[in-house]
Amino acid sequence: MSHTLGTAALGRGRRGAPQVGDAADTASPTPRPRKRRGRVRLRLEIALLTGPAIIVFVGLVIFPVALAAYYGFYKWQGYGPPTDWVGLGNYKIIFTDPAFQQALEHNGLIVVLSLVIQGPLAIGLALLLNQKVRGRALIRVLIFVPYVISEVIVGTGFSLMLQVTGAVNDALHNIGLGFLATDWLANPNIALWTLMAIITWKYIGFAVILMLAGLQSIPDELSEAARIDGASYWQVQRHITLPLLGPTIRIWAFLSIIGSLQLFDLVYIIWGQYISGTAGTSTMATYMALNGRLAGNYGYGSAVAVVMFLISLIVALCYQRFVLRRDLRGAVTQGVN
Amino acid sequence: MSAATSGAPSLRARPAKRSDKPQKWGNPGIYFIAFLFISVSLGPLLYIVLGGFRTNSQITVSPAGLPNPWVFSNYIGVLKSVTFWGEFANSAIVGVVTTVGVVVLGVMVSFALARYEFKLKGAMYSLFAAGLMFPLVVAITPLYIVVKDLGLIDSLTGIIIPQIAFGLPTTVIILTPFLRAIPKDIEEAASIDGSSRLGFFFRMAIPLAMPGVITVAILAFIASWNNYILPLYVLNSQANYTLPLGVQQFSSEYSQDTARVLAFTSLSMMPALIFFSVFQRRIVGGLTGAVKG
Repeated sequence: MSHTLGTAALGRGRRGAPQVGDAADTASPTPRPRKRRGRVRLRLEIALLTGPAIIVFVGLVIFPVALAAYYGFYKWQGYGPPTDWVGLGNYKIIFTDPAFQQALEHNGLIVVLSLVIQGPLAIGLALLLNQKVRGRALIRVLIFVPYVISEVIVGTGFSLMLQVTGAVNDALHNIGLGFLATDWLANPNIALWTLMAIITWKYIGFAVILMLAGLQSIPDELSEAARIDGASYWQVQRHITLPLLGPTIRIWAFLSIIGSLQLFDLVYIIWGQYISGTAGTSTMATYMALNGRLAGNYGYGSAVAVVMFLISLIVALCYQRFVLRRDLRGAVTQGVN
Repeated sequence: MSAATSGAPSLRARPAKRSDKPQKWGNPGIYFIAFLFISVSLGPLLYIVLGGFRTNSQITVSPAGLPNPWVFSNYIGVLKSVTFWGEFANSAIVGVVTTVGVVVLGVMVSFALARYEFKLKGAMYSLFAAGLMFPLVVAITPLYIVVKDLGLIDSLTGIIIPQIAFGLPTTVIILTPFLRAIPKDIEEAASIDGSSRLGFFFRMAIPLAMPGVITVAILAFIASWNNYILPLYVLNSQANYTLPLGVQQFSSEYSQDTARVLAFTSLSMMPALIFFSVFQRRIVGGLTGAVKG
């Protein structure tokens, strides 16, 4: 609440500023101080426009990450200032803990499987829907619905459906595929694939929408020209459409990789706080929640956060450096323009 | 970052393209695959909604069956409960205040980044662009400590302010190209007519960038409505719970009463679904516009 009051007050200040400035401008007889005053006013405007956002962003996004780097060197329960300096002790534990190694492995698998499963599926569906289809707008909306539903609801629904006595096994029995029924959630050989199926279900709509948008930005003239030159449908897709879809695919892959590295909600809700490890679906984020906050060990939790942060950063920078280079032309690394 | 790849989006909302509605029906195979795909997409949600209309014994006997007979007591029970409406109100307050905050701060800083020249501009833009790579999950442990030091644990403000902070990168990346796309001529004309830069900001830039503003507002609201990890860390008492926490709490509290859990779950997804169906063109168009330009 106090926050909204703050922005309202700022808004009033901003609206007040130009009037004061205008009055000063008309009153000043010589052009020189007027120019300087104009520059001061310009700076003031920039400060007023960017200040609040920068303060909030730096204070709650950048500062906590910096703080984590500091707390990560301590054994600290979260009360009072940290005093028990352990140096790199927390990091040594993280990298020797088999539970973390497993979580990291799961994250790696999820990254790769998401790309391999969702990528071709989304491109295929987008190519299909990019043809002459009636009601494409409606189809587009319906396949996007799972993306809008919160992870908690998706998780709650699927964990009920996938129980041994749940709807999925029942449906399999009903259609004569009862031999396929299994313990989808607790069997460590299957749980990760169940998770991948749920992830695909939840996020494929987003991928399809992106790919469709990418396809629609490709001018029809190109494929028409190729057709006239005698290219088959598949040749056109392979040699014209896919290369031109490249930037969209690379951006989607980037978002997918970062999302896979941060995966938390679905696993935490479906597999609970403790059994994700034994079911083989734990991720770095669930490891962090389990060993940081729930164990009351905030120094250690911060160290895990730093490791996650660094892994994401390295992956993101490498991806930008080597894969997105052509598309971004330094937009992120060199800034605007 | 996605928007950075493309040119500025057009100022007007993308109108529903005529080419979306071709005259011919095309290949029937396409409709079959689309139908399959949509069934898989909507099936689990239908299971939740329909399950709420069944009794527990119906669900036990035939987990995948349809309601027979239809039972309304689960939904009525949830709709009458104070818990549901309290959590609904909390989610609504958090969602609205977050959205307003994200939009106000985001429009201001994007306007500066789009239409002013200053030394730190590039660095500032990079800072927000870099923020895109680090969603809430990575920063949650240290963020929790900062929220605690601010004395905001177990308060809705403790969720709203961090959500605004983490919503800013997307907002800035989407809005900056919108604001930059306003032709210089309009600004010059306004200035000849005696409008200051800030007058131009309020009278011209914001109205012209409205499609972008609405898109970021919708994205911020849905992200807030669905946020789970931040309330999980920050909120302790059930009176302050938002709906995602409420769903989880309800499903563990009434784990034997599956039908009621399904009714509660289904009702708590309705606002997001209704919101989505009203604004679907903006959401889908906005996301694709952000990537494609």
